[in-house]
Amino acid sequence: MTEHRTVLIAGSGPAGLTAAVYTGRAQLAPVVIEGEPSSTSDQPGGQLMLTTDVENFPGFPEGIMGPELMTALRAQAARFGAELVTAKVSRFDLGSTPFGVWIGDPGAAEPTYTTEALIVATGAQALMLGVPGEDRMLGYGVSTCATCDGFFFRSREIAVVGGGDSALEEAIFLTRFASKVTLIHRRDQLRASRIMQERAKANPTIEFRWNAQVTEVLGDDKVNGVRLVDTVTGAESELALDGLFVAIGHEPNTSLLAGQLELEDNGYLRTFEGSRTSVEGVFACGDVQDHVYRQAVTAAGSGCMAAIDAERWLEARGS
Amino acid sequence: MSGKIVTLDDATFDEHVKASEVPVLVDFWAEWCGPCKMIAPILEEIAQEHAGKLEIGKLDIDNNLDVTRRYDVMSIPTLILFHQGEPKVRLIGAKPKGQLLQELADYL
Repeated sequence: MTEHRTVLIAGSGPAGLTAAVYTGRAQLAPVVIEGEPSSTSDQPGGQLMLTTDVENFPGFPEGIMGPELMTALRAQAARFGAELVTAKVSRFDLGSTPFGVWIGDPGAAEPTYTTEALIVATGAQALMLGVPGEDRMLGYGVSTCATCDGFFFRSREIAVVGGGDSALEEAIFLTRFASKVTLIHRRDQLRASRIMQERAKANPTIEFRWNAQVTEVLGDDKVNGVRLVDTVTGAESELALDGLFVAIGHEPNTSLLAGQLELEDNGYLRTFEGSRTSVEGVFACGDVQDHVYRQAVTAAGSGCMAAIDAERWLEARGS
Repeated sequence: MSGKIVTLDDATFDEHVKASEVPVLVDFWAEWCGPCKMIAPILEEIAQEHAGKLEIGKLDIDNNLDVTRRYDVMSIPTLILFHQGEPKVRLIGAKPKGQLLQELADYL
């Protein structure tokens, strides 16, 4: 049977849960469709569930563990009456109001929920390389979660692919275990912040492999190396290693919304005047609409904006 | 057959898993693994719902490297289903309950 709500929030990272705290305190009894357990960033709590120390969230001078921060934020949302549903949205229908939201079978005639206002906080998902061997070796040396799997590479040689803050953070974290961490980057300079670059370059366990692209993950039942191509000369080579961690960036989780909401050219949701989307009554916050800042604190801030925008929109509409 | 989860370690693993008359689903986990914590309540539910037909054991990899290495676990959470002492199904990564049950269906 379809359940009708005033506010439905899709996603449970810092953006979705902050929107839940605000709409909860505004007595709108939000329901949060928080996602399902996984070992990638689409799990409840989002990308922070796969991190360790968060050093730059305001108010924690000693830093806080990502999962701990999200557990606290979830409890805070629940305290103000948010209902948290551990499931994934399978379909949105934004063509008429109230909006339809499906869980489970997307072909079901009736939506699981209808809602007056919808807050989209579905975040972004880590990109994989998409090269031969990568899928097959997932869990056998290829990992999507450095905090989960770093342990298994004590005194081993591994590589991290990528050149942004997340790649350097993973590389630095992994030096706790590995004897050598090679950072493979397809250009000759990093796009990571200066502080992270300085830390990585000062770390004697990290080596840099510039202008290199992974074309294949090698090994029979476990990773034993990667094939690389030099992006400048085109020369091929092999690098022996026991583990490969991929941190080449993220893509926004908009596949269920494409064709219903306007997107930017790069696939992120387009927002106007704060958190409004191209459909009245639908608001967006966090990494699904932010390709510029992508921080826990900006996600939380935009979640607050979406909640206030939704609340005012509902009030102005008189519902 | 109370549907309780047993704690396994290097010392008790063989005797427990090999002697069990019902299949044993072993959860290789660690305190510092976020996705492991997320599936813990799901495993408790499965243990309750399949009491008497399936046993669930947890093995903390931090303190039990022998068994962890013997089965080449390189990623957690990893769930391995043992039947008559032999590993039969291996599931890597946290998954929702429905998917876990589906992948274990042959032994439930």
